[in-house]
Amino acid sequence: MNTTPISSILSDPALIRRRKWRMLKDKLTKYGMTVGGISIIIAILLIFFYLLYVVFPIFLPAHLEKVRSFKILAPTAGETVYLATEEKSEVGVRFTRQGHAVQFKLDGSQIIADNTLAPVGTTVTSFAVADPATGVVAFGLNDGRAIVVKQKYEITYGGENNVREIKSRLDYPLGEAPLVIDEKGQALLTLDLQLGENSNTFVAVTKDNRLLVSTITKETSFLDDSVSLTRTQGELSLQQAKITHLLLEKEQRVLYAADKDGQVWYISLQDKTAPQILQRVHVVQTFQERITALEFLTGDISLLVGDSSGRITQWFLVRDNNNNNLLTKIREFHDQQSPIVAIAAEERRKGFIAADSSGQVGIYHTTAQRTLLVKPVTEASVAISQLGLAPRADTLLVEDVAGNLHIWAIQNEHPEVSWSTLWNKVWYENYAKPEYLWQSSAATNDFEPKFSLMPLAFGTLKAAFYAMLIAVPIAVFGAIYTAYFMAPSIRRLVKPTIEIMAALPTVILGFLAGLWLAPMLENNLLAMVILFILLPTGVLLFAYVWQWLPKTIRYRVPPGWEAALLMPVVLGLIWWSSLLKEPLETWLFQGDIRHWLTHDLGIRFDQRNALVVGVAMGLAVIPNIFSIAEDAVFSVPKHLTIGSLALGATSWQTMTRVVILTASPGIFSAVMIGMGRAVGETMIVLMATGNTPVMDWNIFEGLRTLAANIAVEMPESEVNGTHFRILFLSALVLFIFTFFFNTLSEVIRQRLRKKYSSL
Amino acid sequence: MNNWWKSGDPWIWLTAASVTVSIVTVAGLLSLIAWHGLAHFWPAAILEADYSENGSNKQVVIGEIRDQESIPLSQLQAAGVKVKGEQQMTRILLKTGNRDLFGADFRWVLQLDLQNQRYPPELMAIERREWGNFYGYLQAIKEHGQVVSEGAGAWPELQQRLDRVLQLHQQIRTIEKFKIGKLNYELEKLRLKQRRLELNHDTDPAKPVALAAQKVILQAQFETLNQQLTTLYEAIQRDSISANVMDGRVVNIPLSNIVKVYRPNSFSFLDKARFYMAKIWEFLSEEPREANTEGGIFPALFGTVIMVLIMSIMVTPIGVIAAVYLHEYAKQGILTRTIRIAVNNLAGVPSIVYGVFGLGFFVYFIGGNVDQWFFPEALPSPTFGTPGMLWASMTLALLTLPVVIVSTEEGLARIPSSIREGSLALGATKAETLWRTVIPMASPAIMTGLILAVARAAGEVAPLMLVGVVKLAPALVVDNNLPFLHLDRKFMHLGFHIYDVGFQSPNVEAARPLVYATAFLLVAVIIVLNLTAIWFRNHLREKYKALETA
Repeated sequence: MNTTPISSILSDPALIRRRKWRMLKDKLTKYGMTVGGISIIIAILLIFFYLLYVVFPIFLPAHLEKVRSFKILAPTAGETVYLATEEKSEVGVRFTRQGHAVQFKLDGSQIIADNTLAPVGTTVTSFAVADPATGVVAFGLNDGRAIVVKQKYEITYGGENNVREIKSRLDYPLGEAPLVIDEKGQALLTLDLQLGENSNTFVAVTKDNRLLVSTITKETSFLDDSVSLTRTQGELSLQQAKITHLLLEKEQRVLYAADKDGQVWYISLQDKTAPQILQRVHVVQTFQERITALEFLTGDISLLVGDSSGRITQWFLVRDNNNNNLLTKIREFHDQQSPIVAIAAEERRKGFIAADSSGQVGIYHTTAQRTLLVKPVTEASVAISQLGLAPRADTLLVEDVAGNLHIWAIQNEHPEVSWSTLWNKVWYENYAKPEYLWQSSAATNDFEPKFSLMPLAFGTLKAAFYAMLIAVPIAVFGAIYTAYFMAPSIRRLVKPTIEIMAALPTVILGFLAGLWLAPMLENNLLAMVILFILLPTGVLLFAYVWQWLPKTIRYRVPPGWEAALLMPVVLGLIWWSSLLKEPLETWLFQGDIRHWLTHDLGIRFDQRNALVVGVAMGLAVIPNIFSIAEDAVFSVPKHLTIGSLALGATSWQTMTRVVILTASPGIFSAVMIGMGRAVGETMIVLMATGNTPVMDWNIFEGLRTLAANIAVEMPESEVNGTHFRILFLSALVLFIFTFFFNTLSEVIRQRLRKKYSSL
Repeated sequence: MNNWWKSGDPWIWLTAASVTVSIVTVAGLLSLIAWHGLAHFWPAAILEADYSENGSNKQVVIGEIRDQESIPLSQLQAAGVKVKGEQQMTRILLKTGNRDLFGADFRWVLQLDLQNQRYPPELMAIERREWGNFYGYLQAIKEHGQVVSEGAGAWPELQQRLDRVLQLHQQIRTIEKFKIGKLNYELEKLRLKQRRLELNHDTDPAKPVALAAQKVILQAQFETLNQQLTTLYEAIQRDSISANVMDGRVVNIPLSNIVKVYRPNSFSFLDKARFYMAKIWEFLSEEPREANTEGGIFPALFGTVIMVLIMSIMVTPIGVIAAVYLHEYAKQGILTRTIRIAVNNLAGVPSIVYGVFGLGFFVYFIGGNVDQWFFPEALPSPTFGTPGMLWASMTLALLTLPVVIVSTEEGLARIPSSIREGSLALGATKAETLWRTVIPMASPAIMTGLILAVARAAGEVAPLMLVGVVKLAPALVVDNNLPFLHLDRKFMHLGFHIYDVGFQSPNVEAARPLVYATAFLLVAVIIVLNLTAIWFRNHLREKYKALETA
C-alpha cells in the first residue's frame, strides 16, 4: 500500500493508541453521563414512590392466618365460658361451666394447670368478665355468692440462653372465700362486675328475677394489714322482663342490660342503693330478631350489640337538646349473615372481632366504619362458641361447638384509617353529632384518635386564600405596571428588589409575623382597616390633583416615574392612618375595636389569626407571582402594543384589550405558582397561627395547615404507626397538589411561549 | 372627572401604587430587621428615676428603656389602673434585670409616674452567666468574703480581678470541653470496641485485656484532669462583689458568675463604639447561654455553614451531571420535555415534603440499615438511624437539586452552538468539547445555581426540623476527635434558632433582640449570596453577548 506522509503519521501506533484512548474516554463520558443523568431523574421520582410506599399499608385489609388447630385440652373440665391469652400469646386460659380454670400452652402441647375454683357443693350459674385489661373474672354460684379471680402473667428470662418463660397464676383480689352477692341466697343467673381502686361493684340477676347492685368496699386495716369488706346493696324488681346480658362500665356508674325482646336498658347507678332505669330502647330491627351478644368497645363508652341477623350496631350515650343522655345508634355493620355468637373488643384500639354461628369471624373498626375482613375460621362451617383475643390483638382463639380450638394470627396494623375517617364527618364517642376533627394522640388507650384531614385541608386552603387575596392584586398590578408603564431605568432596580424578597427565608417572615405583626395588628386593627380604604382612595385623589397641577411641575416627572412619585404619598397615608386610628376608635368603638368585635358582633379574635398569616404569606408569594407575571406581560410582542397605540387606543386601553388578554395565560400560571407556594408554606403558618385545627372562615381566628401539622407532629409520632403514615399521607397530598398546580402552570407557560414566538 | 376616569389614568396610578407598596414593604421589613438587630448591641444608658404610682410611696427604679408606646387612657382605666391625665399616656418598657430578685426582667411603667430621671455614671450593668443582667451600684470587692476594696478604687480593682477570673474560666472550659470531652469520646469508643468483640464472638483473650489496660490509662488521665479542675474551681470562687440594687438591698455576686461589667452612663461615644464591636464579635463567636436567650450564636452559625458546605459538595456534581445529560446527551423530545417540567416542578414542591421524605427514607430506611450493617455494637442506640447532619445535608441537596439543574441547563443553552461545532470540527471528541469548552463556559451558570441553592438551603427550616436540627447541640459537628467530622451528630441552625428562641423559649421578651440580630445575620448572608448570583448571571450574559456578536 502507498503511504502518504499524512496517513503514515495518522497510522502511527502511538497516535492510534491515543485516539483509541480518546474514543474510550468519550464513550465513558457518554455512558457515565447517561447513567448518572437517568439515575438522578429516577431518584427524583423516588420521592413520590417512597411516599406512596409508606402510605400504602394503611389501606390494606386485615389478614388472618391459621397457626394451628387442636382439640380443647381437659375436656372433662367442662364447657368453655371464656377464653383468654396473655401479651405474648403463649399461654391460654379456659374458664368452664363447671368452675374450672384450665391454663394451657397455646401450642396445644400441655396443660399447665387445671384449678377448680367453685367450692364443693355449689354449681356455677353465671360467669362475668370485668375490664379485660385487668384480667378479672367472676363466677356466679347457685347460692347467691360469687368468686372473683384475677389472671396474672409474669415474664421471666432465665436459663442459659435467656429463654423467655411465662408464668401464669390466679389471684383472689377480694379474698379466697366466695363473696355474698344476694343476701337471700338466690342463684345468680346473669352477672357482671368491675373492680375499682376502692369500691367494687357487682350486678346480677337472680333466679327470682331481681336486679341486684352490690358494692363491696375493701378496707385495709392500718394495724395488721388485715382486709375487711363492707357491702351495700341496691335492688330493682324486673317483673316479667327476661334479662340476657348485663354490662357494667368500668367507672361503675352506668349499667346496660339486654332483654329477650331485643331491648337495651340504660340504668344509672349514680346512687348504687337505688338503681334507676333511664331508658329502654329497641336495638334490633324486627321483632323476630334477638340480641345475641352485648359487649363494650374499649373505653366502655360504646356498646356493641350483635343480633340474630348477623348485624352489629354501635350505640353510645348522646346528649340531646334537653340535656338528657340518650342511648343512640351510631353506626352498624352488616357483613355477617348468621347470628352473632361472640364479640371480642380490642384492648388498645376501637376495633372488635365478631364471631357468628356459621363459623365466620369478622374484623371491624368502629371509627373508621371499616369491615376489614370476614372469613370462615372453623372447618365445615361449624358454629363458633367462644372467642378470645390477645391483648395486642395479634392472636385470635376460636373455639367451635365441636370442641376444637383454632388459633389464628391476625395481621391488622392500621384499621383506623379509611376514606371516611379522613374526609367525611365521623361520629366520635362523647360527641353530640358527627364532626370533622383532628386529634391525633393522647396518653391512654381509651382515647379515640380523630384523623380527619378536613380541618387541616380547610386550614391550608383558608391560609392560602387570605394570602392570595392580599398577594394577587398587589403582585399582578405591580407586574403590569413594572412591565409596561415603568421607566426602564427604575425597572432595572425594582425587579431585582422584589425578587430578592423571594429569597427571604420564610422563618424570618414567620417570626416577624408572629412576634411583631400579630401584636401590632392586635393593637392597630383599625389602622389596618383604614389603610385598606385610604390607600386606594388616597392614591386616586393624588392622581386627580396631579393632573391639575401646572405643566411646569408635571413635566419635571417623566412618564413611568409614577411609582417613585407615589412613595411619599404611600408613606404619608400609612402615617396618617395610624394617626386617624385613635380618634376613630374612641368615636366609633368606645376605644377598643377588639372588645366591640367579640362582644357586639360575637366574632372570636385570636392574636395569631388568618389575617396575620394572609399578610405574611402574601408577602412571601408576591415575589413569585410578580416575577412570572411580569415576564409574561413584558414579553408580549411589541408590535401588538405599538399597533394598538397607533390605531388611537389609549395606553390603558391597549393594556386591557391587548396586553392583558395576550398575557393572561402567563398571569394565570403565575397565580397558580403562588397558590402552590402558599399551600405548602410551613414556617409562616407554624409561627403566625395558633395551630388550632378549627374550621371557620373567620379571618380573626387561627388555623392549622397540613404542612404545619406535619412539622408539629412528625417528631413525636411512632415510626411506622398509623399516625406516622397519615402524616406521610398528608405530605403526599401536598406533593400531588402542588405538583399538579405547578405542572398546569408550566404547561400553560410553555404554550404561551410558543404562541409569542409565532406572533 | 368622567373623562379622566375613561382615559384609564387612575388605573395606571393604582398599578403604580401597588409597586410602591411592594417596595415600601420590602424596604420596611429589611430596615425593621436591621434596626432591631443592630441596635441591640449598642450600650443603652441606664435610667434611674423616682417612681410613684398614684402618689404612693416613692421608689427608685433602675433599668434600660427598651420600648415605649402610647396607650389610650380608657384602656388603662379598663385594666384597673387608677390614673388621671391626658387622653393618651406614654408607657415605657423598662428592663430592670435582676430576675433572681424581682422575678421578671421587664416592667411597664407610665412615664407620668417617673420623676427626677437621671443617668448617674456610677451605675453598673453586669452580664451574668445565670439570671440575666444585673443593674446596680458597686459597693465593695471581697476576697474569701473579706472586703478588700471599697469606694472609688473598687472599680479598677474589679476590672483586674475580673480579668483573672475570666482567664480561669477559659482554662476550665478548655479542660471540660476539649480534654475531658476527648477522654469521654475515647472511653465510649473503647466500650463500643468491647461490645463489638462480644458481638463477633471473638474469643481472643488478649483483646479485652488490652482494652481494659487502655481504659485504666484513660481513667488515670481523667483523674488528673479532675484534680486540675478542682483547684481551678477553688481559685475562681475566691472573689466576689457586693452591690446595691434599686430597692436598697445589697447583693453578693461571685465573680465567677460574671461575663462582663460596664458602666454605660460613663461611656464616651468611642467607648460605646468599641463596646458595640465587641458585642457583635461576641454574638458571632460565643456559645449561647441561658437556654439560648443570651450570649452568642456561634454553634448555629457553624452548623449552618457546615451543612451548606456538605450540601454543596453533594448537589453540584449531581446537578451538573443531570443537566449535562438532559441538554447534551439525551435525545430531545417529549420525554426530556416532561422531565424538564418535572424537575422544574420539584422546585415548587413544599419543603416540608422533602423533610418527610428525608426522615422516612434517609433516616429510618437507609440510616437504619447502615446501623445494622456497620454499627451493630452501638445498638439499640442509633448512630445514623437518627436525624443528623448527613441526612439534613442530603435532604437539602435533594431540595436544591432542581435549582442547580435548571440554572446549569440555562447556562448550557446560552452557549452558542457555533462554539460546540467549532470544537468538534477541530477534531475534538464530544467529551473533550464538554470538558474543555462547554463546562468551563457554563461554569458561571453553575456557580449561579450553586449560590442560589446555598441561599435557599441556608434559609430553609421546615425540613430540617425533621431531619437533624436541635435547639441545643451538645457538641459541634467538627471537633478535635478523630475523624474530626462527625456527620452523625445533630446540629444547630440559624433559621431554627430564630424559630426556637422566638417561639419556644421561656423568656421571649428578653430573647427578642437576639432573635432580631440572628434574623438580620441570616437575611444579610442570604441577600449577599443572592446579589452575587445576580451579578454572576448578568456578567455571564454580557460575556456571551460579546461572543454572539463577535
